[in-house]
Amino acid sequence: MVIELGHFCLALVLTISLFQFIVPALGARYNSIGLMRTSYITAYLSFILVFLSFASLTYAYIISDFSVSLVANNSHSLKPLIYKISGVWGNHEGSLLLWVLILTFYSAAVAFFGKRLPIKLISLVLSCQGLIASSFVSFILFTSNPFIRLFFPEIEGEGFNPILQDFGLAIHPPFLYLGYVGLSVTFSFSIAALLIGRVDTIWVKWVRPWTLIAWVFLTIGIALGSWWAYRELGWGGWWFWDPVENASFMPWLAATALLHSSIVAEKRDTLKAWTILLAIIAFSLSLLGTFIVRSGVLISVHAFASDPSRGLYILMLLIFFTGGALALFAKKAASLKSGSLFQPISREGALVINNIIFASSAATVLLGTLYPIFIDAINNSKVSVGPPYFEAVFVPLMVPAILLCAFSPMLSWKRAKLENIIERVIAVFIFSILFTAIFVFIYGGSASAFLGLFLGLWLILGTIYEFFIKVGTKLSFNKFFKRAIQLPRSAYGMSLAHIGVAIFVIGVTVSSAWRIDIEQPILKGETVFINDIELRFLDIIEVNGPNWVAERGKFEVIREGKNNEYLFPERRFYPASQVNTSEPAIMSNVIFDLYVVLGENLQNDETFSLRVYYSPFINWIWFGIMCMALGGILSLTDRKHRLGYSVKINPETIYK
Amino acid sequence: MRKIYLYLPLLFFFILVIFFARQLILDKDPSKLPSVLLDKSFPSVKLNQLDSYKLFNKENLLFIGEPSLVNIWSSWCAPCQIEHEFLMKMSDEHNIKIFGINYKDDKTDAINVLKLNGNPFYAIGRDEDGTQAINLGVYGVPETFIIDASGKIRYKHVGPILEYDMNDIILPILNKIKRE
Repeated sequence: MVIELGHFCLALVLTISLFQFIVPALGARYNSIGLMRTSYITAYLSFILVFLSFASLTYAYIISDFSVSLVANNSHSLKPLIYKISGVWGNHEGSLLLWVLILTFYSAAVAFFGKRLPIKLISLVLSCQGLIASSFVSFILFTSNPFIRLFFPEIEGEGFNPILQDFGLAIHPPFLYLGYVGLSVTFSFSIAALLIGRVDTIWVKWVRPWTLIAWVFLTIGIALGSWWAYRELGWGGWWFWDPVENASFMPWLAATALLHSSIVAEKRDTLKAWTILLAIIAFSLSLLGTFIVRSGVLISVHAFASDPSRGLYILMLLIFFTGGALALFAKKAASLKSGSLFQPISREGALVINNIIFASSAATVLLGTLYPIFIDAINNSKVSVGPPYFEAVFVPLMVPAILLCAFSPMLSWKRAKLENIIERVIAVFIFSILFTAIFVFIYGGSASAFLGLFLGLWLILGTIYEFFIKVGTKLSFNKFFKRAIQLPRSAYGMSLAHIGVAIFVIGVTVSSAWRIDIEQPILKGETVFINDIELRFLDIIEVNGPNWVAERGKFEVIREGKNNEYLFPERRFYPASQVNTSEPAIMSNVIFDLYVVLGENLQNDETFSLRVYYSPFINWIWFGIMCMALGGILSLTDRKHRLGYSVKINPETIYK
Repeated sequence: MRKIYLYLPLLFFFILVIFFARQLILDKDPSKLPSVLLDKSFPSVKLNQLDSYKLFNKENLLFIGEPSLVNIWSSWCAPCQIEHEFLMKMSDEHNIKIFGINYKDDKTDAINVLKLNGNPFYAIGRDEDGTQAINLGVYGVPETFIIDASGKIRYKHVGPILEYDMNDIILPILNKIKRE
């Protein structure tokens, strides 16, 4: 019964979101405030109904109702509760429902924060959101319905891919979707601005924080995904340039560009058409990601069970939204008033270069991801594009971006003198080079290790230096402290995010340059040596989990002659899905990770194959990403960037 | 003045869509695609030694002077495990020489598979990073090529070789090539 109610709610949402699309748009067309005002109510109502629908599906998972086809195919009564809940979005149908839930949540949030916006703007935005919602709800209802009952209910569920039973992964899709779908808000705002034909302060003030929110979620979502891949896949790697990873990375790159271009749009009243284009591209890349994951056009480890009819439907959605938006852009963008031209050496000039770099890296990733499709169409051969391509093209693109990032916040708006800047940063530059050179001299390392370390150091020092300059030089300590406190939070946010990038770069560099891999068979009682660490294989025992059985190895880690810690890598067997998984054991600290994977039993009972990865500084990667996300959150708490920017006008003012 | 360049994003997007649509509509079954290498000489591949197994290179492929199979497999690929039984059958009962390319695999895992399920391969080479497989146009494991005595690729089988594939496809083709 609950499931049928959920099904009914979702069907109701289709009608309501169509209403939300059509009626406010008509209202905007004929300047009818009454019609436009309905958009608020429908936005709230859609959210409530999708929430109920989602809750009913979650309920079916929690009580393990195996008369529901989706639950029977993806769940199991013995699964821990949290994985029962995360199982809701661990499949195609449920994850789409989550997608729609988040979309309507954003619409409701926009309606809530936008009470004091000009009614025409907000109703066009919500109308666009309604259109997106209705097309996705119809997609769910007609091709991927999660509420289908089985004619003969199953006694027990078929289980759930055990490798996905991980806390990081359980919360990874919601964050990722909060990011993907968050970009729909800036998309809708851009469409509304194009329709109205003006991009004003209100538009700019809204786009920046809402992009920032989506960006923060997307950053966290991607980080969680890579953290999961690192801990679960058992290869010690954290990014594989898989098509689906790229699908999340492309919107991130576009959103990062958008974040920076919106600063120029806000401060200098220019680059508006470009910012709108970026907003369209960012959301389109989200849709593209959805298409890639669910259509089966590319081969990926992440791909959902795919079905050509679904692929066709998403392709149609993609054509409709992206094609429509780009056509509207082509038609209307020329009429947008753009600000004056500007000097190449200025803050806005540097931000434009940032935009060029980020847009081209998004294009590069897009090209690499879709290259197999292109080649297949042109000469009928199959290729796979892997990490070597991406590393070869992506890294050189990011080098100038990071070089620039360290000092461009010091450039003034409009017109900066390059000599002044060089004078200031030359000391930082020389120090970074020297320090890196000494470090590499002592510890050894390749040219790329040198470059990576230098860039990281340069960015950290440059950012700190810039922060001091911004507070003011030649001040007494008290005065300095006072002025530092008065700095807007967005200034802190930017510095923190940039330092996060630097920490990330250092983590990536050190963990790949000084990584040690050991693969060997090991006998009970034997010891492996990694640098100054001894790893002793003590014992192996059988353990039983809630829905698995495992062989658990016990390893003793001895550093500097002292016993520091025990590690327990496992080989698990999940009877429900007949799958073996390796659970690596990781000893983790600020300096290094010791990553132990227990392989199969060889020859006799005592010998096992063993893989050990020693990855120095690898946690800096996620710590850096966390700093980036925290920087974004800090900026969001700045009064200037609050979500509900409004001007003191009567909201029922209608744009001429 | 109308700004034509504003239409560029739209143009690019539609070119992209054409490729997607083609992929989606034409290639519903990507495994049915023929190999571009068909009837061409088997390319030379640089593979690494797997443990003490005989190393697969182009020389020993040509040297045997009879039709043979080249099979691309991994220990992490479930269909390969299913296929293994039939590879064993072909090598044991039908005396067919099978050359193995161990694709993007972990060395110990690969050796374990051979130790546990038997070794159907006459010679094996490791392609750790998958770069050699690119030359062969491999896009998924398992894949199997039928090579004639002169070293030409005569057939490409995508996906696991099951009983049906073995009896009705692979063996008849091999016999046909032998009679030539």
